Amino acid sequence: MKQMRIDPRLNAYGNRTSMIGRIWSTPTLLVGTLMFAVIVLLAVFIPFISPYQPSEQNLSAFLQPPSAEHWLGTDQLGRDLFTRLIYAARTDLKIMVLAEIIPFCTGLFLGMVAGYYGKWIDTVISLLTDTFIAFPFYLIVIIVAFASGAGERGIYITFTLVGWIVFARVTRGLTASFRQQEWVASAQTLGLPGIRIILRHILPNVMPQAIVVLMTDMVGLLVAIVTLGYLGIGIAPPTPDWGTMISDGQSFITTAWWLSAVPGMAVVYTGIALSLVGDGLADLWRKK
Amino acid sequence: MPYNAILEVKDLSLATKHDQKLVNRVSFALGRGETLGLVGESGSGKSLTLRAILGLLPRGVEKAGGIIKSDAVSAMVFQDPRGSLDPLCPVVKQLTEVVRFRQQVSKKAARGIALELLEMLGLPDSIKIADRYPSQLSGGQCQRVVIAIALACKPGILLCDEPTTALDVTVQKQIIEKISALQKELGFAMVFVTHNLAVAAATCSKLCVMKNGEIVEQGDTLDVLQNPQNPYTQMLMDSVLPVPELEGSGRIWN
Repeated sequence: MKQMRIDPRLNAYGNRTSMIGRIWSTPTLLVGTLMFAVIVLLAVFIPFISPYQPSEQNLSAFLQPPSAEHWLGTDQLGRDLFTRLIYAARTDLKIMVLAEIIPFCTGLFLGMVAGYYGKWIDTVISLLTDTFIAFPFYLIVIIVAFASGAGERGIYITFTLVGWIVFARVTRGLTASFRQQEWVASAQTLGLPGIRIILRHILPNVMPQAIVVLMTDMVGLLVAIVTLGYLGIGIAPPTPDWGTMISDGQSFITTAWWLSAVPGMAVVYTGIALSLVGDGLADLWRKK
Repeated sequence: MPYNAILEVKDLSLATKHDQKLVNRVSFALGRGETLGLVGESGSGKSLTLRAILGLLPRGVEKAGGIIKSDAVSAMVFQDPRGSLDPLCPVVKQLTEVVRFRQQVSKKAARGIALELLEMLGLPDSIKIADRYPSQLSGGQCQRVVIAIALACKPGILLCDEPTTALDVTVQKQIIEKISALQKELGFAMVFVTHNLAVAAATCSKLCVMKNGEIVEQGDTLDVLQNPQNPYTQMLMDSVLPVPELEGSGRIWN
């Protein structure tokens, strides 16, 4: 009979014991983090990597194919595509992260309150989320973005208004299920105030799931930012942004296809990175 | 009130919102330092009665009538020890939190009291020093922590909802002995819900036998067990598997 090998890194439940060991055994998380780190590091250090400015025009060298001088070629105004691509990552990733902060917090809070207290509070909050869900996402985004004015500010306002819904729905469900568990009932009978139970005990318990949702939601948000840019109601030129880059390159799609393809691929790359991080974190927390 | 009762339940009825009767006209009284056992099969309404005392009815169940009179603080020990602790919060922290809120003391004083309580329940020092999470403790240790948390409320009545059902038999014995010892020391009254007659016999001075939401028999534990009047009580007793060596000796209950 084959002898069973016992891995000393596993505990009695067959799980990795140390945090680092667990992270190492989650390849999706590692790969995702690595991919995301690459683009973040590039975005941070681009002034030292590239000799060009993102808006620096060189009309004598426009629409050039990739070369040693211009790694990804140049666009119709002779601007270096690689430089613009990474500066655009700066803009888009910054907005992506900042625009998620408020919706994440409000969504989590409202979801927990709805799930915990139930009754009319739950009815009101659920009614609100269901109403928003009934509309196509991009319809709301475009309407609000138009109403609040194009540009960065418009994006923040838009996502503050609509972004919380997904978090509220997820946390509401989770909280309602915790509500049925005895430790919440027991905390109530022990006389702890509701708000304290929510913030001190329910919040840490919904956090893992919420962060996984945050990662997937960021991908959606990034695509939305790029879409708005592409439609011309997002970030205004000359600030580099993947969406405007795709739409600018569109006229040259037959001669210089990479002008649109490269920023498109950058969106896909970031999306995959964040999805992998989300999946990896979900795996990691499931192993616990 | 026949005597100085700390808890009096009179004609308590519980029903679902659709008027389905779950508990029907249940009455009992509990004196200071006394222990009352509620025994019966699953679904007989024991736990619901207990939860009603605490005002902790599940969603959809309502009080349909009767009164619950109590002038003492009550705290509850639940059936599933691990399930009644926040899985993501160190146990000492949870205990400290309750001490702080119930006894209105500073954070530092609360921690001191918390550690004393753990000491009282005979938990090893390792739990106090390292911040252990519920998943790192055994079921018995978790239940001791839960009891400590209940005691942090300085209860006049301790409500125990099958506190030993989820534990293995040796631990069960230790926990029951611990609870009884603490009761002697602190003098709280207890309502003890169990389906285990042996446990009830060991802990309770009075027994209420419940079936289908009604009390079919109540009285002093020994009277009820030695001279059951109701066929259901008799049936419950017959369903206890006797330990072979003791069979026929007639001394199982004494």
